[in-house]
Amino acid sequence: MQTTLTRRAGLRLLGAAGAFLPLRMVFAAPASTREAEGPRLVVVMLRGALDGLAAVPAPGDPAWAALRTDEDAAAAALPLDATFSMHPALSNLHRWYTRKELLVVHATASPYRERSHFDAQQLLESGGERPFVLSTGWLGRALQASDKRAIAITAAMPLALRGADGASTWTPDRRRPVDQDLMSRVAQMYRGDAQLSAAFGEAAVQEDMAMGADGGPGFAGQARQAGAFLADPKGPRVAWLEAGGWDTHVNQHARLGRLLVGLDDTLAALREGLGAQWSNTTVLVMTEFGRSARFNGSGGTDHGTGGVAFIAGGRVAGGTVLTDWPGLAGGQLFEGRDLKPTIDLRSVMVPIVQRQFGLDLSQIQSNILPGAVATRHVLWRA
Amino acid sequence: MKPAAIASHRFGYSESSLSALQADPRGWVLDQFKQPAAMDTGGLIDSVAALQLTREVLKTALAAKPVESGGKPDDDLGPMTPSRLTLRKTNVKGLQRRWQHAIATPTPVAERWVNFWANHFCVASTKGTMIALVWPHEYEAIRPNAFGSFKELLRAAVVHPAMLLYLDNAQSIGPQSRAGKLREKGLNENLARELLELHTLGVNSGYTQQDVTQTAHLLTGWTVNPQTAGKAGFVPALHQPGPKTILGKRYAEGPQALDQLLDDLSRHPACASFVATKLARHFVTDDPPAALVEWVARRFRDSSGDLMALASALFGHDLAWSPSNPPKFKRPDELVLSAHRMLKIPLGSVERAVFELKSMGQAVAQAPSPQGWPDRAEDWLSADALRKRVQWADRFGDLNRHAADARGLAHLAWGEDLSQSSRSQIDNADSGAQALALALASPEFQRR
Repeated sequence: MQTTLTRRAGLRLLGAAGAFLPLRMVFAAPASTREAEGPRLVVVMLRGALDGLAAVPAPGDPAWAALRTDEDAAAAALPLDATFSMHPALSNLHRWYTRKELLVVHATASPYRERSHFDAQQLLESGGERPFVLSTGWLGRALQASDKRAIAITAAMPLALRGADGASTWTPDRRRPVDQDLMSRVAQMYRGDAQLSAAFGEAAVQEDMAMGADGGPGFAGQARQAGAFLADPKGPRVAWLEAGGWDTHVNQHARLGRLLVGLDDTLAALREGLGAQWSNTTVLVMTEFGRSARFNGSGGTDHGTGGVAFIAGGRVAGGTVLTDWPGLAGGQLFEGRDLKPTIDLRSVMVPIVQRQFGLDLSQIQSNILPGAVATRHVLWRA
Repeated sequence: MKPAAIASHRFGYSESSLSALQADPRGWVLDQFKQPAAMDTGGLIDSVAALQLTREVLKTALAAKPVESGGKPDDDLGPMTPSRLTLRKTNVKGLQRRWQHAIATPTPVAERWVNFWANHFCVASTKGTMIALVWPHEYEAIRPNAFGSFKELLRAAVVHPAMLLYLDNAQSIGPQSRAGKLREKGLNENLARELLELHTLGVNSGYTQQDVTQTAHLLTGWTVNPQTAGKAGFVPALHQPGPKTILGKRYAEGPQALDQLLDDLSRHPACASFVATKLARHFVTDDPPAALVEWVARRFRDSSGDLMALASALFGHDLAWSPSNPPKFKRPDELVLSAHRMLKIPLGSVERAVFELKSMGQAVAQAPSPQGWPDRAEDWLSADALRKRVQWADRFGDLNRHAADARGLAHLAWGEDLSQSSRSQIDNADSGAQALALALASPEFQRR
């Protein structure tokens, strides 16, 4: 209780110190009940390039057996349809799929066709057509255009959210609370420094709202907390989560097994944190590109092109694999080595942005995801 | 910023006082490259011993519970066995030595230079085989070569057990090599791609997937195993036979091809531009003036990548000293090390600093990708990170309240570059600890 009072006193001090709090704070009173009930979006970025063909294998493809000869995995895989199955580690995702709450997008990629992680991530987060043309993120521009708030569960602001006054960052802290008197003095000291005062003001407000929140350890804990933030009527409406380690050049079977269990648990924790808001939430899981269709010489896969994305949520029109499957025979592979991308990942981002931010298609196509075409597939149930 | 403050804070690790460099800041910087102080490496283990230790740790971890080797981070190695304890002590010692050197060296700009290259040729302990190799890579490959030629530095950084393991070349086998024909294993192109993209030419410099694959073929055979006595070496049985063609040039089969390729990559115009851009961004400002980058790149080409010539081109150019360059936001390790240096406080607990850095977004020795730590303000400055930095300043001030009088110190360390606002906050603090915390939280100290 005392902590609470101190925090509030600190906040008053901050307020008295001058007009350095940002206009749009990550936590603020919702405009209306409609807003409190409005849609939520969680984007989960898997850095390093998830192997789409391992997460969602295609045993029904005639060329599959020759390409990937992992019999153990094939035996244990969870069936999706006549062509596709799901990695056995993704049991929660598979259950969501059977309950029609998960949509699998396969043979998808951003417009990027080279194989640099860094360029590919830049492009996927900036939302442009070529890397390093845009220096803000597609979510950042959408947030800014719609005056909405978002939180990234990261220490640094991810590129995807840059460009928005309403975007902030948060990670748990399990140490003693900081001296509020010092905080107000620092706030005053930062007054002449626009960048530092904006970031510091945001952090103070956020800390007060989060009140030492802690979803638990690890990536799953972060996801649970992200869900709780979004479930809070006064909380942000968009959350960003990310995890690295997907660059499986070596010993992929074992490593990916562990990583996918972690991802599956994390998404389950996110759902738990969201509670009833799951029905208002769309979760997009994406990665910068796929991996080579064949295994390399060290039981791993090298950088590739087409891969997989997941869209989940209580109202998602799931239970299907959204794909224009290019096939896996030698001649069907991109440059003879990778799954060929046939769906622009941005084509599913367009309706997600439309639904989440209520922006016009023309605005999205000019400013948010320039040049992107919307998928004709309907992503949500009525 | 005035030249003395630029020399001290932007190029170095923050001196306690500007008095020694006030007269000739540029000379103070350039002289450091004439005789960079060496780090004492006595008693630090070499990479051969580090690999033996790694093997023991992984073996006991494997025996303790059924896990696969290859992808286990340090904190998931099972119970604290004697070999794990040795590993931990070894890593702490390597890190302690490196950090203490940055804090106490008479040539801090030269030390920043070394750390720039260590980050350029990033290796990380993000997989099992790398748990003991990050620091040996730095003091065996980077440090001794950081003031010679780029080509020699490149070779030392790449042909080292740490890099060969980190980017998987140790397991890459030529498909038509003797070993490749006998086994199912084969090519791994991880090192080949990053050699072109991150170490030398930069992305979009004109190489193709075919060049990457051919580079991977050329690199086969370079490995570390019992046959090479735990060192980086060439094993002919793993080498892809036949010539390779990379960027239009043919390389004959054999170990000599690697030297030829590294030589050609070092001489490629794209390499000079790529390196010059990274250097100017790291030392001067996030978006460095094109004329400065071009000047450094030209010196790179004209001197065939002489690193001393690069340093004097960069720190000798007026644009590097321009007061209108927007300041850099310190990376967390720069922040913490410069606090110790400015306050002349020995490092003390390495573990505490590691913990602090992690909460600011920098997990020591665990850069998230082979690209190393990013180098722009937006990569480090966010609400959460800034709050963690102020919390660190709070604790640091508290722990070291008797180390310095922040009021006098701030004046000595920044001179006229201390803003009125920071000065008055520091002067009016309610305690010595708080004054110190405010000095460390100040925009002047968070930036460089």
